[in-house]
Amino acid sequence: MPEQTGLGIDALRAAALAAIDGAADPAQLDQVRVRFLGKSGELTALLKQLGTLPKEERPAAGQWINQAKDALQQALDARKAVLDQAALAARLGAECIDVTLPGRGRQSGGLHPVTRTLRRIERLFANAGFAMVEGPEVESTYHNFEALNIPEHHPARAMHDTFYFDADRLLRTHTSPVQIRVMTEQAPPLKVIAPGRVYRCDSDLTHTPMFHQVEGLLVDEQVSFADLKGVLYDFLSSFFERDLKLRFRPSYFPFTEPSAEVDIQCVMCGGAGCRVCKHTGWLEVLGCGMVYPEVFRHVGIDPDRYLGYAFGMGVERLAMLRYGIDDIRLYFENDLRFLRQFA
Amino acid sequence: MRFSESWLREWVNPPVDSRTLADQLSMAGLEVDSATAAAPAFHGVLVGLVTQVEPHPDAAKLRVCTVEVAAAAPLQVICGAANVAAGQRVPVATIGAVLPGDVKIKRAKLRGVESFGMICSAVELGLAETSSGILPLPMEAPIGADFRAWLGLDDLCIEVDLTPDRGDCLSIAGLAREVAAINRTDLTPLAAAAVAPAIDAHFPVRLEAPAACPRYACRIIRGIDPSAETPLWMRERLRRGGVRSISPVVDVTNYVMLELGQPMHGFDLGRLDREIRVRLAEAGEQLTLLNGDAIVLRPDTLVIADAAGPVALAGIMGGSRTAVADETRDILLESAYFAPAQIAGKARAYGLHTDSSHRFERGVDPGLQVQAIERATRLLLDCVGGQPGPVVNVLAPDHLPQRAPLTLRTARCTQILGLEIPAETIVDVLARLGMDLEAVAGGWRVTPPTARFDLIHEVDLIADVGRIHGYERIPVSHTSSAAVTKGTPEAAFELDRARLLLVDRGFQEVITYSFVSPELQARIEPGLEPLVLANPISADLSVMRLSLWTGLLHTARYNQARQQERVRIFETGLRFRPGLDGLRQEAVIGGLVIGSVDAEQWGQPTCPADFFTLKADVEALLALGTVGGVAGSSFRFVPASHPALHPGQSALIERDGHPVGLMGMLHPSLAAGLDLHGDAFLFEVEQAALGVGILPRFTPISRFPAIRRDLAIVVDAAVAFGDVAACIRAAASELLRDLVLFDVYAGGNIDSGRKSLALGLILQASSQTLTDQTVDEALARVLDRLVSEFGARLRD
Repeated sequence: MPEQTGLGIDALRAAALAAIDGAADPAQLDQVRVRFLGKSGELTALLKQLGTLPKEERPAAGQWINQAKDALQQALDARKAVLDQAALAARLGAECIDVTLPGRGRQSGGLHPVTRTLRRIERLFANAGFAMVEGPEVESTYHNFEALNIPEHHPARAMHDTFYFDADRLLRTHTSPVQIRVMTEQAPPLKVIAPGRVYRCDSDLTHTPMFHQVEGLLVDEQVSFADLKGVLYDFLSSFFERDLKLRFRPSYFPFTEPSAEVDIQCVMCGGAGCRVCKHTGWLEVLGCGMVYPEVFRHVGIDPDRYLGYAFGMGVERLAMLRYGIDDIRLYFENDLRFLRQFA
Repeated sequence: MRFSESWLREWVNPPVDSRTLADQLSMAGLEVDSATAAAPAFHGVLVGLVTQVEPHPDAAKLRVCTVEVAAAAPLQVICGAANVAAGQRVPVATIGAVLPGDVKIKRAKLRGVESFGMICSAVELGLAETSSGILPLPMEAPIGADFRAWLGLDDLCIEVDLTPDRGDCLSIAGLAREVAAINRTDLTPLAAAAVAPAIDAHFPVRLEAPAACPRYACRIIRGIDPSAETPLWMRERLRRGGVRSISPVVDVTNYVMLELGQPMHGFDLGRLDREIRVRLAEAGEQLTLLNGDAIVLRPDTLVIADAAGPVALAGIMGGSRTAVADETRDILLESAYFAPAQIAGKARAYGLHTDSSHRFERGVDPGLQVQAIERATRLLLDCVGGQPGPVVNVLAPDHLPQRAPLTLRTARCTQILGLEIPAETIVDVLARLGMDLEAVAGGWRVTPPTARFDLIHEVDLIADVGRIHGYERIPVSHTSSAAVTKGTPEAAFELDRARLLLVDRGFQEVITYSFVSPELQARIEPGLEPLVLANPISADLSVMRLSLWTGLLHTARYNQARQQERVRIFETGLRFRPGLDGLRQEAVIGGLVIGSVDAEQWGQPTCPADFFTLKADVEALLALGTVGGVAGSSFRFVPASHPALHPGQSALIERDGHPVGLMGMLHPSLAAGLDLHGDAFLFEVEQAALGVGILPRFTPISRFPAIRRDLAIVVDAAVAFGDVAACIRAAASELLRDLVLFDVYAGGNIDSGRKSLALGLILQASSQTLTDQTVDEALARVLDRLVSEFGARLRD
């Protein structure tokens, strides 16, 4: 039904719709809204002209105008949604970045491979209930030798290539003196590991004058060589993350008896024989044994009541096997290109 | 100890192959280091008899020999050796033979005369390093026999790396006992019958240091043949044992040492003056040794002396004055027991190490001396003839080691090994190892053999039982002993956490030597005396580090010299400092940065590390020791001076008033001397200072809003921010929740010598909303204090 008011509502409505469609951005659209629907907009003006109409025409005309107003509002909303969408799309397009660019900010450093290995060893033993203890590196000959049943001039002492300061002080040649300190200061039961630096006066292709050991000690009333085998089997299998074959080869340490060196099946060749295991299929990785009664006597522990086991391992060697490092001297050159490989 | 497998198998011959035998030794604690062929591969060498030697018609140095090798026609062989003679038996390589080094023997014509083989020297057969001429063979060598088989050259030289407790295995006899026990096979011991004296000739012996030498056996042998040579079979065994052949007397003593483990010595009897005195040296006495060394003796050294003075370093080496020489006819053989405690360390003290000292240090069987001298006499008479006197066996019984029996309890054996071994096995093992067992309740009384110095406690016997029975038979037990878990305090400092913090802040951990170059360290810590190593590995590594900085700077230089310009490193460990009460071994954490803070990257300018970028790292580290509070709350940075640091950029780190660390910029003159590129910044903090952790303590969060007021003040440039902050905190009292420094500015419209500090004060009360009036009053208090203490004025 065409308009019959004579106010030109339809024409205005058509013009407004066209303007709405033609608005290119939200600002233009708002101008259109103000032009037609604002306080002094054209459609608003028509409403004010209603009074000029004959009384009987006013309701119909008012209805016409309101219908037009609703239609325009709807058109405005629809157009606004379209324009907002387009504006968002444009913004998103403009904000597109190259996600392959590197992240900004600080890069992390890394732990030394020896520390990395030590942490692993410490955690595995912590899980097994061993507490961590430490001892001095400048040691007395008593703690490093005598108390461990290595008297002066004993051939075993000559094998240690010791750094001395004077007659009584030296750089510890092994972490075993920490055993003496722990047993002197604490009463059994004891279950500790002692990691740390040790020193030998020896430097060549396969030796550095400083390296790291981890000592283990357990003292209790019921301890056997079978328990020692168990703890080392568990440790080595966990450390290398595989079920390893182990070989306990009788050996000699003045502070343990029975004593053994522990060989693992070569982790490089699986026991078939290679350069690393010198074609024996076995790798010597640690020394161990049952605490010798003389040692207990030195520290005032009753050897008839208590038994104990002790073990010691070289950290650099374990790390070499684990990471395939072929030259021990790399550890202490501290070339950043080497160290970063373990970060 | 190196020995011939075939010699060992004469004593004990278990039905196992060589490889198994070697594995058995290793798994019994006698680690086999190597097993090498006694001779390199060769074949086609026969024992030949030289029947005729004619000069070569055309070559003065060559001889044309006729060599009989079998019933067939004799061979014509050209030989260039001067010592070839008719009637000799020789090794002859026949046509088709292949000698070591892949030398193929073919028919050849030498200066017109044909040769059908080669008479070999010991060198050509790989049996010696040097030789003069061909190798003459003894008359009993069967003509035509395969030389290799006849001399038993398909043998192994086995090297065992014996631990110092097993001196008893430094002989064929000792090793054989072990092999017999391992295999439960019988041992064929040497039948060493006594040699009856042919003459009545004694040599007087006095034991003047009976504790050091409680037994000295000796024997005169007169009239030996000085031209006789050591038989080939003995030379071969010595060679396979790694011992050089020298002369029959020396060779026989060495042979007996390898066979039985008793080091012996032969003196030229004619050069001995009247008597043997076994005594301690007198201070200043001199002795020229067999190796030519002239030594001055120390009074702790046991010597063998005659009436004229020392003639041997007891148990170590003989002297040259009484050495057996080429023309010696009368000798005195010595076979003594020297106590290990007396010999231990002595050879080393004189820079010596001999097969003899090696054995005496570890312990020679004190019951072996007479047996050994009888065995040596027999061998000597067979080699060089002569007439023996009776064995003189002088002893001090009170000083001979006594073998007290040990008690071995079956139950203890089971307890320690974690395996029950049947009693009959225990008895069998120990008996085969030469022990006397007497059954007692619950076990045995065991008397070990005199050669076993290592068996002192019951557990030593248990170890032997376990070792021979086999460690592999001991089960793997997973019954973990009572876990001793003593918890660590929650607030305790964790080094691991500190390391990870630095790693996360871009530091790479390094581990440097604890000993450093004294020159470099003296430039860094000139005021402190380092602990000096008596026997450093090199001058560069001869003093203990006084701080970690020497190693860190060395590492920085090392890396910069290898195109690694940006260095952010840290280390943890001990430093070694002199203290009033002796050496202090202090655990510290130290670090060094040089170059940009962050690696070069896009989108942000490269920012070189400076004092404050490093300070942020140090503060983060310190915060580990002050949980819950403001970072570093109980730590203070105080301007300080240190010879290694820039005088204007160095700070002492204090905790509760005590110095616990240091940080700053490396002194530019030091940096230049080290060839470092860029400014280096260093820190070092004592781990103990971080160790005093504080448990977090809860305070209620205020429900009331905080108010921020900014304040820009101008103070003298020399005024320390730390003092300003402390003043503000004191003046604002408990209302001050936080203090932010957001700008430090100098220049522009700020008077020269002054600086502007822009501060944000965040104020909050716990029980009410702050009124403007309260805030204004607080601010006024702050300002008053700043004016009166620092002459501060508000910035326009």
